[in-house]
Amino acid sequence: MQLGPLDYGLWLTSFLLEVYVVVWSVLRKDFLRYIPLNIYMLAVAGVTWGQYHFIHTYGLKSQNYFYYYYYSDSLLCILMYLVIIHFYQEVFAEMNVSRYIRGAAALLLAATALFSYIVVRQNKEHMTTSFVVELEQNINFVVVVLTYLLWGAILKLRETRTRLIQLVLALGVAFSATAGSYALRNLFPDATDLLRWVPPVMGVWLPLAWAYTLTKVPEDARLATARLVARAR
Amino acid sequence: MMAALICVISIVAFLQFFVSYCRSILATSRKVQLSDRVREVAGIANQNVAAEDFQRLLQLVRLCPERGDDRTEIRAVGTYYGFLHVIGRAFRSVIPSLAAWSERERQSCSYFAAVALDRRISYSRDLLTQQAGDRV
Repeated sequence: MQLGPLDYGLWLTSFLLEVYVVVWSVLRKDFLRYIPLNIYMLAVAGVTWGQYHFIHTYGLKSQNYFYYYYYSDSLLCILMYLVIIHFYQEVFAEMNVSRYIRGAAALLLAATALFSYIVVRQNKEHMTTSFVVELEQNINFVVVVLTYLLWGAILKLRETRTRLIQLVLALGVAFSATAGSYALRNLFPDATDLLRWVPPVMGVWLPLAWAYTLTKVPEDARLATARLVARAR
Repeated sequence: MMAALICVISIVAFLQFFVSYCRSILATSRKVQLSDRVREVAGIANQNVAAEDFQRLLQLVRLCPERGDDRTEIRAVGTYYGFLHVIGRAFRSVIPSLAAWSERERQSCSYFAAVALDRRISYSRDLLTQQAGDRV
């Protein structure tokens, strides 16, 4: 299988958007304010560059690329945990519960690793390959659950900061689509050709939505969360 | 079993996040009052804009010079409108309340397009005034 212009286009777009988010934060002197988000964007940009290197050195179908892709993505998901914890701390800032949030997040991460290990232990014959795919699916799903709980807290606490709301929602869109696509791949291995587009498209979506929010939405913009919940009357 | 569960939960979560994200973009336009000028240009009689007017308004938006800062929003809302259109048509006879909700949401999308048109018309007029001033 060869990479087409669309693959390269998505790659380049996501890389440029990731760099844009970081550069914009630096120029606006907001780098430290959004430090977990900026570290994540820098790491994603680095991983994107690494993917390009691995494909050109070892080939798309190589084992090297396969493991690089899944393990680097799992590490990125762990960095994403830090971003989510940062968002939790923002939402619960007035309640002084940062210590508990960090503890709960660490516990959840350990539980995810343990769960993945137990699942893989039952399929020992395909140990490494099945482990990375399983871990990828589970870690992505935990990010979805954490983001969903965060969204619930935002609604419950009537958080009004538009920037924070949009950053969290964009994250939710990206990871729920990615987790869903990995689960569908597991369920329907024949549909991989179509589903393989979801992660790269979401790889463009997340930095694009974050870049849009950071650039266009003013820091002091406010929004009533009740307006965002869809209710069929 | 686990993959199926993750798949279902992820799809439901995706829909909720996506709808809420689009609504957060639409919410900014709800506070804006439409000018008489845009009502006249687009043939809008009252404060409500019909759901079916979205494509027509978008065509008018495309006729105006680009401001450069609203393209992403317009594209996102266009995608949301398309999604709502499919939902509305698919569930019209099965879940009427969902179809009614999709209709209301599409009205919000049309209102957003009318606000975008209003901004672009103002921008065009500013450009014309600026050019006229440069000539003098």
